[in-house]
Amino acid sequence: MRILKLIAASAVIALGAAGGTVSADEPLKVGFIYVGPTGDHGWNYQHDKGRKLVEETFGDAVEVSFVESVPEGPDSERVMTQMALSGHDLIFTTSFGYMDPTINVASKFPDVTFEHCTGYKRADNVATFNARFYEGRAVIGHIAGHVTESNVIGYIATFPIPEVVRGINSAYLAAKKVNPDVEFKVIWVYTWFDPPIEADAAKALIEQGADVIMQHVDSTAAMLVAEEHGVWAFGQASDMSEFGPNSHIASIVNNWAPYYVERVQAVMDGTWSNSDTWEGLSTNMVEISEITDRIPADVKASAQAVRDAIADGSLHPFTGPINRQDGTAWLAEGETASDGDLLGLSFYVEGIDEDFPQ
Amino acid sequence: MLRLEPRAQPSTLMQATAPLLAIVATIIGGGILFLILGKNPFESIRIIFWDPLFNEALVSYTRPQLLVKAAPLVMIALGLSFGFRAGIWNIGAEGQFVMGALAGSAVGLALHPMQGIWILPLMLVSGIAGGFVWAMIPALLRVYFRTNEILVSLMLVYVSYKILTAMVTGPLRSPIGYNFPESRSFHDNPSMHNSELIAGTGIHWGIVITGLLVILCYYVMRRHLFGYHVNLMGQSNKVARFAGVRINLVIVVCLGITGALAGLAGILEASGPAGKLSPHFPVGYGFTAIIVAFLGRLHPIGIVLAGLLMALTYIGGELAQFMLDAPAAAIQVFQGMLLFFLVAADVLVNYRVRIGTPGRPTSGAREVTAGSSS
Repeated sequence: MRILKLIAASAVIALGAAGGTVSADEPLKVGFIYVGPTGDHGWNYQHDKGRKLVEETFGDAVEVSFVESVPEGPDSERVMTQMALSGHDLIFTTSFGYMDPTINVASKFPDVTFEHCTGYKRADNVATFNARFYEGRAVIGHIAGHVTESNVIGYIATFPIPEVVRGINSAYLAAKKVNPDVEFKVIWVYTWFDPPIEADAAKALIEQGADVIMQHVDSTAAMLVAEEHGVWAFGQASDMSEFGPNSHIASIVNNWAPYYVERVQAVMDGTWSNSDTWEGLSTNMVEISEITDRIPADVKASAQAVRDAIADGSLHPFTGPINRQDGTAWLAEGETASDGDLLGLSFYVEGIDEDFPQ
Repeated sequence: MLRLEPRAQPSTLMQATAPLLAIVATIIGGGILFLILGKNPFESIRIIFWDPLFNEALVSYTRPQLLVKAAPLVMIALGLSFGFRAGIWNIGAEGQFVMGALAGSAVGLALHPMQGIWILPLMLVSGIAGGFVWAMIPALLRVYFRTNEILVSLMLVYVSYKILTAMVTGPLRSPIGYNFPESRSFHDNPSMHNSELIAGTGIHWGIVITGLLVILCYYVMRRHLFGYHVNLMGQSNKVARFAGVRINLVIVVCLGITGALAGLAGILEASGPAGKLSPHFPVGYGFTAIIVAFLGRLHPIGIVLAGLLMALTYIGGELAQFMLDAPAAAIQVFQGMLLFFLVAADVLVNYRVRIGTPGRPTSGAREVTAGSSS
């Protein structure tokens, strides 16, 4: 992992040096819009790390700015418009709810390039990008299946959208594979970031017998609760190990930085196109942070093997036979889920004993 | 010991200059804040207060956007001012805003894809009804069961958030939105879209309606018997009752007006700038409007000025963030500073600071206490 990062970073710096010479006169103005504070140690923190790498990589060739805690909706549309009016060339909008505002503003500023994170609408000057977080979920599901003693795994979910449903299914399938008795308890909190609610959900799951907590929410609240109650937990979005010195096993880390550098370079080179990017463990857009040594060494090793197999393409987290929750067949023996199926995923797989929220 | 002593006669000059003084104090305090953060204080203040109004690259957009941002604040604050004048504390305008947006949107979405010039007006009327009904809960509980309207209206805000989430993940969820918790876009149907009146500015019907409401509220508050009753009640319930004011009716009407206007603001925002409903739709207009109402001294014109000032700090604050790399928290501190100085200036207009232990109140001071509440 470390080595891969190093290689990626040095490649990036090499690219950056080349880029600097191409556009020598006017710096490229790059803007970032975040939905929460950059200090959330989760979603926005990771995007901001990407911004910092862009700044570091390109130096004087770019002029980078950002606005944090911008509510989705009309406020974000105004911030984007102001950025475009004040001469930004490339704007990264980093929350799903910015989708329509991004499309609206992009249509008014055809010369400005937009990159929207996690959306599904594109335009001539709007590209989209997202990460295959479900690949990371398969790795932590694998570990959870091994380490749980109560055989109950708690999952703090946000909204019943395909992104979140994919994560639950992927983690469950991986856990079930190594531990047929495993059971998932899911609590839907209907928010991405609300530490008190996240903490309450974690407590409720622990009371229901969960001894491993997984989360799709952004804050470190659940990790702190897990630490307090002496149960295992996985971090979300960024490395949360320092918040659970005893409970933290590993975190799924969103690593946007290389993509940001690549896209800035593409705009400088004039090779940018309105692509749709969906990358995972193979390109390190999704990473698994250092797995703790507090779990058995063989589990750690097998988890690494799962990670590597997904990264090199030899293992797909959704490989048949898989039935839907209602028992109907979804994937046949050996069949893997298509991206189209995954993008619209809105059902639990067989074995999850929870009502799917409608 | 510092203590505050009511002034015999708050001077009109001081009353007029107090807000200006507060702004100057904010500029100095904010300048120091930005200096500590390592930013150029003059540039920071210029970006926040000057650029949204006079920066040539931006004004064609930021000036109308001031109105767009201020309109819902002003509209809700106008409604709140009736209740606040009468001593009825509706803290739940945010909930009435959400329920108005929901009711109006539900009607519009139910009619989709029907076309007709009557659809948007019908949505607005439904929005008014939604906010009104939601405000009737604390109103009737207060009148019939003597519950505290502060608590009831505030708690109903959180109930309204839950209902909103339930609706956009259920009946109002977009059928073409990949299960995301949001409604269909109002842009999809021109008949239900509160669209831009002037292209590229964001100006929508809400701004026109807010303008008309300012005039109407001014008239009701100053010239209509109802406005007189409201003001009388604010001074003393007993006096009002002796004067023949039907206290319970005023309570219901005041809460009803607030609810109706908040609901109207909600549906105008949902069908216009927001363009759809989602759990992220409410951004606290209903709470900020309470500040706007008091900052504007519960006077319609004052509320317009206060609303514009708040909008200016939001828009200027956003500019400062990306032009200066100032953190959002610094902008919030700056906004807080402005409010703090405005309230402090207000206190100093009406009171003087005395050093020492309180002496016997002079007969003059007594007269003041009676007079200052008028």
